[in-house]
Amino acid sequence: MCGIVGLFFKRPGQEASLGAYLAAMLGTMRDRGPDSAGFAVYGAETDNIKLTVRGAADADLIGLAELFHVQVDLHHSHAVLHVPVANCSVIRARLAALPGITIVGAGRRMALFKEVGLPAHVAERFGLPHMAGTHGIGHTRMATESAVTTEGAHPYTTGMDQCLVHNGSLSNHNSVRRRLIREGLQFETENDTEVAAAYLSWRIREGDSLEAALYASLSDLDGFFTFVVGTRTGFAVLRDPICCKPAVMAETDAWVAFGSEYRALVDLPGIEDARVWEPEPAHVYAWEQAA
Amino acid sequence: MSVVTIDLAEHPTRYLNSTLHGLRADTNQSFWRVLNPRGKHALAAGVQAPVRVEIAGHAGYFCAGMNKCATVVIEGNAGNGVAENMMSGRVIVQGDASAAAGASAHGGLLVICGNAASRCGISMKGVDIVVGGNIGHMSAFMAQAGTLTVLGDAGDNLGDSIYEAEIFVRGTVASLGSDCLEKPMRTEHVSALAGRLREAGFEQADPAAFRRYGSARQLYHFHPDNAGAY
Repeated sequence: MCGIVGLFFKRPGQEASLGAYLAAMLGTMRDRGPDSAGFAVYGAETDNIKLTVRGAADADLIGLAELFHVQVDLHHSHAVLHVPVANCSVIRARLAALPGITIVGAGRRMALFKEVGLPAHVAERFGLPHMAGTHGIGHTRMATESAVTTEGAHPYTTGMDQCLVHNGSLSNHNSVRRRLIREGLQFETENDTEVAAAYLSWRIREGDSLEAALYASLSDLDGFFTFVVGTRTGFAVLRDPICCKPAVMAETDAWVAFGSEYRALVDLPGIEDARVWEPEPAHVYAWEQAA
Repeated sequence: MSVVTIDLAEHPTRYLNSTLHGLRADTNQSFWRVLNPRGKHALAAGVQAPVRVEIAGHAGYFCAGMNKCATVVIEGNAGNGVAENMMSGRVIVQGDASAAAGASAHGGLLVICGNAASRCGISMKGVDIVVGGNIGHMSAFMAQAGTLTVLGDAGDNLGDSIYEAEIFVRGTVASLGSDCLEKPMRTEHVSALAGRLREAGFEQADPAAFRRYGSARQLYHFHPDNAGAY
Protein backbone atom coordinates (compact mmCIF):
# COMPACT_ATOMS: atom_id res chain seq x y z
CA MET A 1 0.00 0.00 0.00
CA CYS A 2 2.22 2.88 1.27
CA GLY A 3 1.44 6.58 1.51
CA ILE A 4 3.35 9.41 -0.08
CA VAL A 5 3.16 13.14 0.48
CA GLY A 6 4.85 16.27 -0.76
CA LEU A 7 4.64 19.99 -0.08
CA PHE A 8 6.24 22.75 -2.13
CA PHE A 9 6.05 26.42 -1.24
CA LYS A 10 5.66 28.57 -4.32
CA ARG A 11 6.77 31.78 -2.66
CA PRO A 12 9.16 32.63 0.18
CA GLY A 13 8.20 33.44 3.74
CA GLN A 14 6.52 30.16 4.68
CA GLU A 15 9.67 28.11 5.37
CA ALA A 16 9.25 27.92 9.16
CA SER A 17 5.98 26.00 8.86
CA LEU A 18 7.13 23.29 6.41
CA GLY A 19 8.09 20.66 8.97
CA ALA A 20 4.90 20.92 10.99
CA TYR A 21 2.71 20.51 7.91
CA LEU A 22 4.79 17.66 6.54
CA ALA A 23 4.71 15.88 9.91
CA ALA A 24 0.91 16.13 10.04
CA MET A 25 0.64 14.79 6.48
CA LEU A 26 2.88 11.83 7.35
CA GLY A 27 0.95 11.17 10.54
CA THR A 28 -2.34 10.92 8.65
CA MET A 29 -0.81 8.57 6.08
CA ARG A 30 -0.02 6.06 8.83
CA ASP A 31 -3.16 4.22 7.75
CA ARG A 32 -1.45 3.46 4.44
CA GLY A 33 1.96 2.67 5.91
CA PRO A 34 2.50 2.02 9.61
CA ASP A 35 5.84 0.16 9.39
CA SER A 36 8.32 2.92 8.70
CA ALA A 37 8.52 6.46 7.50
CA GLY A 38 10.98 8.81 5.91
CA PHE A 39 11.19 12.32 4.59
CA ALA A 40 13.49 14.81 2.92
CA VAL A 41 13.47 18.50 3.76
CA TYR A 42 14.99 21.18 1.53
CA GLY A 43 16.26 23.79 3.95
CA ALA A 44 18.31 26.95 3.59
CA GLU A 45 21.25 26.88 1.23
CA THR A 46 24.70 27.69 2.59
CA ASP A 47 28.26 27.49 1.25
CA ASN A 48 28.51 23.99 2.71
CA ILE A 49 27.25 20.60 1.65
CA LYS A 50 24.82 18.88 4.00
CA LEU A 51 25.72 15.24 4.52
CA THR A 52 23.01 13.31 6.33
CA VAL A 53 24.35 10.22 8.07
CA ARG A 54 22.69 7.48 10.04
CA GLY A 55 24.43 5.97 13.01
CA ALA A 56 24.09 2.51 14.53
CA ALA A 57 22.93 2.44 18.15
CA ASP A 58 26.47 2.76 19.53
CA ALA A 59 27.76 5.25 16.96
CA ASP A 60 29.17 8.53 18.26
CA LEU A 61 27.47 11.01 15.92
CA ILE A 62 28.32 14.06 18.02
CA GLY A 63 31.95 13.02 17.92
CA LEU A 64 31.92 13.52 14.14
CA ALA A 65 32.04 17.29 14.75
CA GLU A 66 35.42 17.02 16.42
CA LEU A 67 36.69 14.37 14.04
CA PHE A 68 36.02 16.42 10.92
CA HIS A 69 35.93 19.96 12.38
CA VAL A 70 32.46 20.58 11.03
CA GLN A 71 29.11 21.60 12.46
CA VAL A 72 26.91 18.60 13.30
CA ASP A 73 23.17 18.78 13.93
CA LEU A 74 21.99 15.68 15.78
CA HIS A 75 18.53 14.33 14.93
CA HIS A 76 17.95 11.16 16.95
CA SER A 77 19.72 8.35 15.02
CA HIS A 78 20.74 10.70 12.20
CA ALA A 79 23.03 13.69 11.99
CA VAL A 80 23.50 16.42 9.42
CA LEU A 81 27.14 17.38 8.84
CA HIS A 82 27.79 20.80 7.31
CA VAL A 83 30.85 20.08 5.21
CA PRO A 84 32.88 22.58 3.16
CA VAL A 85 32.69 21.74 -0.53
CA ALA A 86 36.46 21.38 -0.81
CA ASN A 87 36.58 18.69 1.90
CA CYS A 88 33.41 16.88 0.92
CA SER A 89 34.84 13.96 -1.01
CA VAL A 90 37.56 13.32 1.57
CA ILE A 91 35.05 13.39 4.43
CA ARG A 92 32.64 11.17 2.50
CA ALA A 93 35.38 8.61 1.99
CA ARG A 94 36.37 8.71 5.66
CA LEU A 95 32.70 8.46 6.77
CA ALA A 96 32.21 5.46 4.53
CA ALA A 97 35.10 3.74 6.30
CA LEU A 98 33.70 4.36 9.81
CA PRO A 99 31.89 1.38 11.34
CA GLY A 100 28.24 1.96 12.16
CA ILE A 101 27.93 5.09 10.01
CA THR A 102 25.94 5.22 6.75
CA ILE A 103 25.64 8.26 4.49
CA VAL A 104 21.95 8.57 3.59
CA GLY A 105 21.88 11.79 1.62
CA ALA A 106 23.85 14.75 0.37
CA GLY A 107 22.98 18.13 -1.01
CA ARG A 108 23.24 21.87 -0.82
CA ARG A 109 19.82 21.93 0.77
CA MET A 110 18.48 18.42 1.25
CA ALA A 111 18.53 16.57 4.55
CA LEU A 112 17.02 13.09 4.60
CA PHE A 113 15.73 10.96 7.46
CA LYS A 114 14.10 7.55 7.57
CA GLU A 115 13.47 4.92 10.15
CA VAL A 116 11.28 2.02 11.23
CA GLY A 117 8.28 2.98 13.35
CA LEU A 118 4.91 4.69 13.27
CA PRO A 119 5.13 7.75 11.01
CA ALA A 120 4.11 10.23 13.72
CA HIS A 121 6.75 8.80 16.07
CA VAL A 122 9.42 8.85 13.38
CA ALA A 123 8.62 12.48 12.55
CA GLU A 124 8.69 13.44 16.22
CA ARG A 125 11.96 11.64 16.97
CA PHE A 126 13.75 13.41 14.15
CA GLY A 127 12.21 16.74 15.12
CA LEU A 128 10.44 17.19 11.77
CA PRO A 129 7.77 19.56 13.17
CA HIS A 130 10.54 22.10 13.88
CA MET A 131 12.34 21.80 10.54
CA ALA A 132 12.17 24.68 8.09
CA GLY A 133 12.39 24.51 4.33
CA THR A 134 10.94 25.43 0.99
CA HIS A 135 9.76 21.95 0.13
CA GLY A 136 9.77 18.39 1.35
CA ILE A 137 8.58 14.92 0.46
CA GLY A 138 7.71 11.96 2.65
CA HIS A 139 6.71 8.32 2.65
CA THR A 140 4.93 5.94 4.98
CA ARG A 141 5.67 2.30 4.30
CA MET A 142 3.62 -0.86 4.48
CA ALA A 143 6.19 -3.45 3.49
CA THR A 144 4.84 -6.09 1.14
CA GLU A 145 7.88 -7.61 -0.54
CA SER A 146 10.85 -7.10 1.74
CA ALA A 147 11.65 -6.78 5.42
CA VAL A 148 10.72 -3.82 7.60
CA THR A 149 14.13 -2.18 7.82
CA THR A 150 15.48 1.35 7.66
CA GLU A 151 17.17 0.47 4.37
CA GLY A 152 13.79 -0.44 2.89
CA ALA A 153 12.24 2.88 3.87
CA HIS A 154 11.95 5.83 1.48
CA PRO A 155 12.98 8.43 0.31
CA TYR A 156 15.76 7.13 -1.90
CA THR A 157 18.47 9.44 -3.10
CA THR A 158 21.13 8.82 -5.69
CA GLY A 159 22.30 12.30 -6.50
CA MET A 160 23.01 15.60 -4.83
CA ASP A 161 19.75 17.15 -3.63
CA GLN A 162 17.75 14.56 -5.58
CA CYS A 163 15.33 12.19 -3.94
CA LEU A 164 12.22 10.26 -4.66
CA VAL A 165 9.34 8.56 -2.88
CA HIS A 166 7.36 5.87 -4.63
CA ASN A 167 4.04 4.14 -4.20
CA GLY A 168 3.91 1.00 -6.31
CA SER A 169 6.45 -1.50 -7.55
CA LEU A 170 8.69 -1.80 -10.59
CA SER A 171 9.03 -5.08 -12.44
CA ASN A 172 12.13 -4.41 -14.58
CA HIS A 173 14.31 -2.87 -11.90
CA ASN A 174 17.01 -5.54 -12.13
CA SER A 175 17.71 -4.95 -15.80
CA VAL A 176 17.52 -1.16 -15.39
CA ARG A 177 19.90 -1.39 -12.42
CA ARG A 178 22.45 -3.34 -14.49
CA ARG A 179 22.23 -0.72 -17.22
CA LEU A 180 22.66 2.13 -14.73
CA ILE A 181 25.64 0.41 -13.07
CA ARG A 182 27.29 0.37 -16.50
CA GLU A 183 26.56 4.11 -16.63
CA GLY A 184 28.50 4.53 -13.38
CA LEU A 185 25.66 4.84 -10.88
CA GLN A 186 26.04 3.24 -7.48
CA PHE A 187 23.42 1.32 -5.53
CA GLU A 188 23.14 0.54 -1.84
CA THR A 189 20.17 -1.84 -1.93
CA GLU A 190 18.25 -4.30 -4.11
CA ASN A 191 15.22 -2.03 -3.87
CA ASP A 192 13.18 -1.12 -6.95
CA THR A 193 12.62 2.47 -5.84
CA GLU A 194 16.34 3.11 -5.59
CA VAL A 195 16.51 2.19 -9.28
CA ALA A 196 13.87 4.79 -10.11
CA ALA A 197 15.83 7.41 -8.16
CA ALA A 198 19.05 6.44 -9.91
CA TYR A 199 17.34 6.47 -13.29
CA LEU A 200 16.27 10.08 -12.78
CA SER A 201 19.74 11.03 -11.51
CA TRP A 202 21.23 9.48 -14.65
CA ARG A 203 18.85 11.31 -17.00
CA ILE A 204 19.48 14.61 -15.21
CA ARG A 205 23.24 13.99 -15.38
CA GLU A 206 22.85 13.46 -19.13
CA GLY A 207 21.22 16.87 -19.45
CA ASP A 208 17.50 16.20 -19.04
CA SER A 209 15.33 18.55 -17.04
CA LEU A 210 13.48 16.89 -14.15
CA GLU A 211 10.35 16.96 -16.29
CA ALA A 212 12.09 15.37 -19.29
CA ALA A 213 13.70 12.75 -17.06
CA LEU A 214 10.29 11.77 -15.69
CA TYR A 215 8.75 11.55 -19.15
CA ALA A 216 11.66 9.33 -20.23
CA SER A 217 10.98 7.04 -17.26
CA LEU A 218 7.57 6.21 -18.74
CA SER A 219 9.32 4.32 -21.55
CA ASP A 220 12.10 2.74 -19.51
CA LEU A 221 10.50 1.80 -16.17
CA ASP A 222 7.94 -0.99 -16.23
CA GLY A 223 5.53 -1.41 -13.36
CA PHE A 224 3.12 0.67 -11.42
CA PHE A 225 4.08 3.79 -9.63
CA THR A 226 3.28 7.20 -8.39
CA PHE A 227 6.51 9.17 -7.97
CA VAL A 228 6.99 12.34 -5.98
CA VAL A 229 10.40 13.84 -6.61
CA GLY A 230 12.39 16.61 -4.98
CA THR A 231 15.39 18.47 -6.36
CA ARG A 232 17.33 21.45 -5.02
CA THR A 233 14.76 23.86 -6.41
CA GLY A 234 12.09 21.64 -7.88
CA PHE A 235 9.20 19.35 -7.09
CA ALA A 236 7.44 16.93 -9.43
CA VAL A 237 4.78 14.22 -9.57
CA LEU A 238 4.23 11.43 -12.09
CA ARG A 239 1.68 8.60 -12.17
CA ASP A 240 2.01 5.50 -14.33
CA PRO A 241 -0.15 5.34 -17.49
CA ILE A 242 -2.85 3.23 -15.88
CA CYS A 243 -2.96 5.04 -12.53
CA CYS A 244 -2.63 2.00 -10.31
CA LYS A 245 -2.01 4.05 -7.18
CA PRO A 246 -4.15 6.80 -5.73
CA ALA A 247 -3.10 10.43 -5.92
CA VAL A 248 -4.57 13.80 -5.03
CA MET A 249 -3.04 17.21 -5.62
CA ALA A 250 -3.99 20.61 -4.28
CA GLU A 251 -2.70 24.04 -5.19
CA THR A 252 -3.12 27.59 -3.98
CA ASP A 253 -1.17 30.76 -4.79
CA ALA A 254 1.14 29.89 -1.89
CA TRP A 255 1.81 26.17 -2.23
CA VAL A 256 1.26 22.96 -4.10
CA ALA A 257 0.81 19.68 -2.26
CA PHE A 258 0.55 15.99 -3.04
CA GLY A 259 -1.08 13.25 -0.99
CA SER A 260 -1.95 9.62 -1.60
CA GLU A 261 -5.32 10.63 -0.22
CA TYR A 262 -7.06 13.95 0.29
CA ARG A 263 -7.05 13.26 4.03
CA ALA A 264 -3.32 14.05 4.08
CA LEU A 265 -4.00 17.58 2.87
CA VAL A 266 -6.87 18.68 5.11
CA ASP A 267 -4.80 20.76 7.53
CA LEU A 268 -2.94 22.81 4.94
CA PRO A 269 -3.63 26.55 5.16
CA GLY A 270 -6.35 27.64 2.76
CA ILE A 271 -7.22 24.09 1.68
CA GLU A 272 -10.91 25.10 1.64
CA ASP A 273 -10.25 27.32 -1.36
CA ALA A 274 -7.47 25.28 -2.97
CA ARG A 275 -7.84 23.71 -6.39
CA VAL A 276 -8.02 20.00 -5.61
CA TRP A 277 -7.63 17.50 -8.45
CA GLU A 278 -6.57 14.02 -9.35
CA PRO A 279 -3.38 14.00 -11.46
CA GLU A 280 -3.76 12.59 -14.97
CA PRO A 281 -2.00 9.38 -15.98
CA ALA A 282 1.47 9.64 -17.56
CA HIS A 283 1.51 13.40 -17.12
CA VAL A 284 4.37 15.17 -15.37
CA TYR A 285 3.43 17.91 -12.94
CA ALA A 286 6.53 19.94 -12.11
CA TRP A 287 7.27 23.13 -10.26
CA GLU A 288 10.50 25.12 -10.00
CA GLN A 289 11.27 27.89 -7.56
CA ALA A 290 11.42 31.27 -9.23
CA ALA A 291 15.07 32.15 -9.80
CA MET B 1 -38.81 18.64 8.17
CA SER B 2 -35.95 19.15 10.57
CA VAL B 3 -32.31 18.74 9.67
CA VAL B 4 -30.20 16.42 11.77
CA THR B 5 -26.53 17.39 11.84
CA ILE B 6 -23.65 15.04 12.54
CA ASP B 7 -20.27 16.71 12.98
CA LEU B 8 -17.41 14.34 12.19
CA ALA B 9 -15.08 16.55 14.18
CA GLU B 10 -17.00 15.23 17.20
CA HIS B 11 -18.07 11.76 16.12
CA PRO B 12 -16.31 8.90 14.33
CA THR B 13 -17.46 7.64 10.93
CA ARG B 14 -18.87 4.53 12.57
CA TYR B 15 -21.29 6.66 14.60
CA LEU B 16 -22.52 8.37 11.44
CA ASN B 17 -23.00 5.13 9.56
CA SER B 18 -24.58 3.13 12.35
CA THR B 19 -27.00 6.01 12.97
CA LEU B 20 -27.97 6.08 9.31
CA HIS B 21 -28.23 2.28 9.19
CA GLY B 22 -30.72 2.41 12.06
CA LEU B 23 -33.21 4.53 10.10
CA ARG B 24 -36.47 2.86 9.09
CA ALA B 25 -38.07 3.41 5.72
CA ASP B 26 -40.80 5.57 7.32
CA THR B 27 -38.44 7.71 9.42
CA ASN B 28 -39.29 11.35 9.98
CA GLN B 29 -35.59 12.18 10.21
CA SER B 30 -35.21 12.39 6.48
CA PHE B 31 -32.66 15.19 6.11
CA TRP B 32 -29.08 14.83 7.34
CA ARG B 33 -26.08 17.16 7.20
CA VAL B 34 -22.59 15.73 7.71
CA LEU B 35 -20.04 18.34 8.71
CA ASN B 36 -16.22 18.16 8.58
CA PRO B 37 -15.93 15.11 6.34
CA ARG B 38 -12.23 15.92 5.73
CA GLY B 39 -11.85 13.20 3.11
CA LYS B 40 -12.83 10.38 5.45
CA HIS B 41 -13.65 7.01 3.92
CA ALA B 42 -16.93 5.10 3.67
CA LEU B 43 -19.13 8.05 4.61
CA ALA B 44 -22.85 7.26 4.37
CA ALA B 45 -22.08 3.80 3.03
CA GLY B 46 -24.84 1.21 3.22
CA VAL B 47 -27.76 3.56 3.85
CA GLN B 48 -31.09 1.82 3.14
CA ALA B 49 -33.69 4.47 3.97
CA PRO B 50 -35.22 7.10 1.66
CA VAL B 51 -33.43 10.01 3.32
CA ARG B 52 -31.27 12.86 2.04
CA VAL B 53 -27.68 13.01 3.31
CA GLU B 54 -25.58 16.06 2.49
CA ILE B 55 -21.84 15.81 3.00
CA ALA B 56 -20.39 19.28 3.50
CA GLY B 57 -17.02 18.91 1.78
CA HIS B 58 -14.70 16.40 0.13
CA ALA B 59 -15.26 12.69 0.82
CA GLY B 60 -12.79 9.79 0.77
CA TYR B 61 -13.18 6.29 -0.62
CA PHE B 62 -16.46 4.40 -1.12
CA CYS B 63 -18.73 7.27 -0.14
CA ALA B 64 -22.37 6.17 -0.44
CA GLY B 65 -21.26 2.66 -1.35
CA MET B 66 -24.08 0.09 -1.54
CA ASN B 67 -26.58 2.93 -1.36
CA LYS B 68 -30.23 1.89 -1.43
CA CYS B 69 -33.08 4.43 -1.59
CA ALA B 70 -31.13 7.36 -0.13
CA THR B 71 -30.07 10.56 -1.85
CA VAL B 72 -26.47 11.37 -0.96
CA VAL B 73 -25.02 14.73 -2.01
CA ILE B 74 -21.28 15.30 -1.78
CA GLU B 75 -20.54 19.03 -1.74
CA GLY B 76 -17.01 18.55 -3.02
CA ASN B 77 -14.88 15.80 -4.55
CA ALA B 78 -15.31 12.09 -3.93
CA GLY B 79 -12.49 9.56 -3.62
CA ASN B 80 -12.25 6.13 -5.22
CA GLY B 81 -15.37 4.03 -5.63
CA VAL B 82 -18.09 6.55 -4.90
CA ALA B 83 -21.51 4.82 -5.00
CA GLU B 84 -19.85 1.49 -5.69
CA ASN B 85 -22.43 -1.28 -5.80
CA MET B 86 -25.29 1.21 -5.43
CA MET B 87 -28.67 -0.55 -5.69
CA SER B 88 -31.06 2.42 -5.96
CA GLY B 89 -31.47 6.02 -4.93
CA ARG B 90 -29.19 8.77 -6.14
CA VAL B 91 -25.70 10.01 -5.43
CA ILE B 92 -24.65 13.47 -6.55
CA VAL B 93 -21.00 14.56 -6.54
CA GLN B 94 -20.82 18.32 -6.95
CA GLY B 95 -17.07 18.25 -7.64
CA ASP B 96 -14.87 15.58 -9.26
CA ALA B 97 -14.86 11.85 -8.59
CA SER B 98 -11.75 9.72 -8.39
CA ALA B 99 -11.33 6.28 -9.97
CA ALA B 100 -14.01 3.60 -10.21
CA ALA B 101 -17.04 5.82 -9.63
CA GLY B 102 -20.18 3.71 -9.64
CA ALA B 103 -18.21 0.47 -9.80
CA SER B 104 -20.49 -2.54 -10.24
CA ALA B 105 -23.54 -0.47 -9.27
CA HIS B 106 -26.85 -2.23 -9.95
CA GLY B 107 -29.26 0.69 -10.03
CA GLY B 108 -30.03 4.25 -9.10
CA LEU B 109 -28.57 7.44 -10.52
CA LEU B 110 -25.00 8.68 -10.02
CA VAL B 111 -24.38 12.27 -11.09
CA ILE B 112 -20.85 13.66 -11.16
CA CYS B 113 -20.95 17.37 -11.90
CA GLY B 114 -17.20 17.65 -12.54
CA ASN B 115 -14.81 15.09 -14.00
CA ALA B 116 -14.57 11.41 -13.20
CA ALA B 117 -11.16 9.73 -13.24
CA SER B 118 -10.29 6.32 -14.66
CA ARG B 119 -12.57 3.26 -14.67
CA CYS B 120 -15.80 5.20 -14.20
CA GLY B 121 -18.65 2.68 -14.30
CA ILE B 122 -16.34 -0.34 -14.23
CA SER B 123 -18.44 -3.52 -14.26
CA MET B 124 -21.63 -1.46 -13.97
CA LYS B 125 -24.73 -3.62 -13.71
CA GLY B 126 -27.67 -1.32 -14.25
CA VAL B 127 -26.86 2.07 -12.77
CA ASP B 128 -27.34 5.30 -14.72
CA ILE B 129 -24.21 7.47 -14.50
CA VAL B 130 -24.16 11.04 -15.81
CA VAL B 131 -20.86 12.96 -15.81
CA GLY B 132 -20.85 16.70 -16.46
CA GLY B 133 -17.16 16.80 -17.34
CA ASN B 134 -14.71 14.24 -18.69
CA ILE B 135 -14.07 10.61 -17.79
CA GLY B 136 -10.69 8.85 -17.56
CA HIS B 137 -9.36 5.76 -19.27
CA MET B 138 -10.92 2.28 -19.07
CA SER B 139 -14.34 3.64 -18.21
CA ALA B 140 -17.27 1.21 -18.49
CA PHE B 141 -14.74 -1.64 -18.49
CA MET B 142 -16.70 -4.93 -18.60
CA ALA B 143 -19.93 -3.00 -18.20
CA GLN B 144 -22.95 -5.28 -18.09
CA ALA B 145 -26.02 -3.06 -17.94
CA GLY B 146 -27.09 0.54 -17.41
CA THR B 147 -26.03 3.78 -19.06
CA LEU B 148 -22.97 6.01 -18.88
CA THR B 149 -23.54 9.54 -20.18
CA VAL B 150 -20.63 11.95 -20.53
CA LEU B 151 -21.05 15.60 -21.44
CA GLY B 152 -17.29 16.05 -21.90
CA ASP B 153 -14.62 13.77 -23.34
CA ALA B 154 -13.78 10.12 -22.68
CA GLY B 155 -10.25 8.78 -22.13
CA ASP B 156 -8.59 5.76 -23.72
CA ASN B 157 -10.13 2.31 -24.04
CA LEU B 158 -13.71 3.35 -23.43
CA GLY B 159 -16.00 0.35 -22.93
CA ASP B 160 -13.25 -2.24 -23.07
CA SER B 161 -14.66 -5.79 -22.98
CA ILE B 162 -18.16 -4.38 -22.57
CA TYR B 163 -20.96 -6.96 -22.35
CA GLU B 164 -23.94 -4.64 -22.63
CA ALA B 165 -24.74 -1.17 -21.25
CA GLU B 166 -25.02 1.96 -23.36
CA ILE B 167 -22.48 4.76 -23.46
CA PHE B 168 -23.27 8.29 -24.65
CA VAL B 169 -20.46 10.81 -25.13
CA ARG B 170 -20.90 14.39 -26.31
CA GLY B 171 -17.19 15.19 -26.66
CA THR B 172 -14.32 13.20 -28.06
CA VAL B 173 -13.40 9.60 -27.31
CA ALA B 174 -9.62 9.07 -27.08
CA SER B 175 -10.02 5.43 -28.11
CA LEU B 176 -12.50 2.60 -27.87
CA GLY B 177 -11.58 -0.59 -26.01
CA SER B 178 -11.88 -4.13 -27.30
CA ASP B 179 -15.34 -5.03 -28.55
CA CYS B 180 -16.75 -1.52 -28.09
CA LEU B 181 -18.02 0.32 -31.16
CA GLU B 182 -20.08 3.31 -32.15
CA LYS B 183 -23.74 2.63 -32.81
CA PRO B 184 -26.38 4.74 -34.51
CA MET B 185 -28.24 7.23 -32.34
CA ARG B 186 -31.89 6.56 -33.11
CA THR B 187 -34.95 8.52 -32.01
CA GLU B 188 -35.63 6.29 -29.02
CA HIS B 189 -32.06 6.79 -27.78
CA VAL B 190 -32.35 10.57 -28.08
CA SER B 191 -35.59 10.67 -26.13
CA ALA B 192 -34.38 8.30 -23.39
CA LEU B 193 -31.17 10.32 -23.10
CA ALA B 194 -33.16 13.56 -22.85
CA GLY B 195 -35.00 12.08 -19.87
CA ARG B 196 -31.79 11.06 -18.11
CA LEU B 197 -30.16 14.45 -18.74
CA ARG B 198 -33.22 16.16 -17.29
CA GLU B 199 -33.19 13.84 -14.29
CA ALA B 200 -29.52 14.61 -13.69
CA GLY B 201 -29.99 18.37 -13.94
CA PHE B 202 -28.37 18.79 -17.36
CA GLU B 203 -31.57 19.62 -19.25
CA GLN B 204 -29.74 22.35 -21.19
CA ALA B 205 -27.59 19.74 -22.96
CA ASP B 206 -28.88 18.76 -26.40
CA PRO B 207 -29.33 14.96 -26.44
CA ALA B 208 -28.91 14.92 -30.23
CA ALA B 209 -25.33 16.15 -29.79
CA PHE B 210 -24.25 12.84 -28.21
CA ARG B 211 -22.85 9.76 -29.91
CA ARG B 212 -23.74 6.28 -28.76
CA TYR B 213 -21.32 3.41 -28.10
CA GLY B 214 -21.95 -0.17 -27.10
CA SER B 215 -20.95 -3.78 -27.39
CA ALA B 216 -19.96 -5.45 -30.66
CA ARG B 217 -20.80 -8.74 -28.90
CA GLN B 218 -17.79 -10.52 -30.35
CA LEU B 219 -16.26 -11.51 -27.00
CA TYR B 220 -19.27 -13.28 -25.55
CA HIS B 221 -18.06 -16.73 -26.50
CA PHE B 222 -14.72 -18.35 -26.96
CA HIS B 223 -13.82 -18.38 -30.61
CA PRO B 224 -11.44 -21.12 -31.79
CA ASP B 225 -9.74 -18.68 -34.15
CA ASN B 226 -8.49 -16.81 -31.08
CA ALA B 227 -6.92 -19.90 -29.48
CA GLY B 228 -3.46 -18.73 -30.48
CA ALA B 229 -3.89 -15.57 -28.44
CA TYR B 230 -3.92 -17.44 -25.12
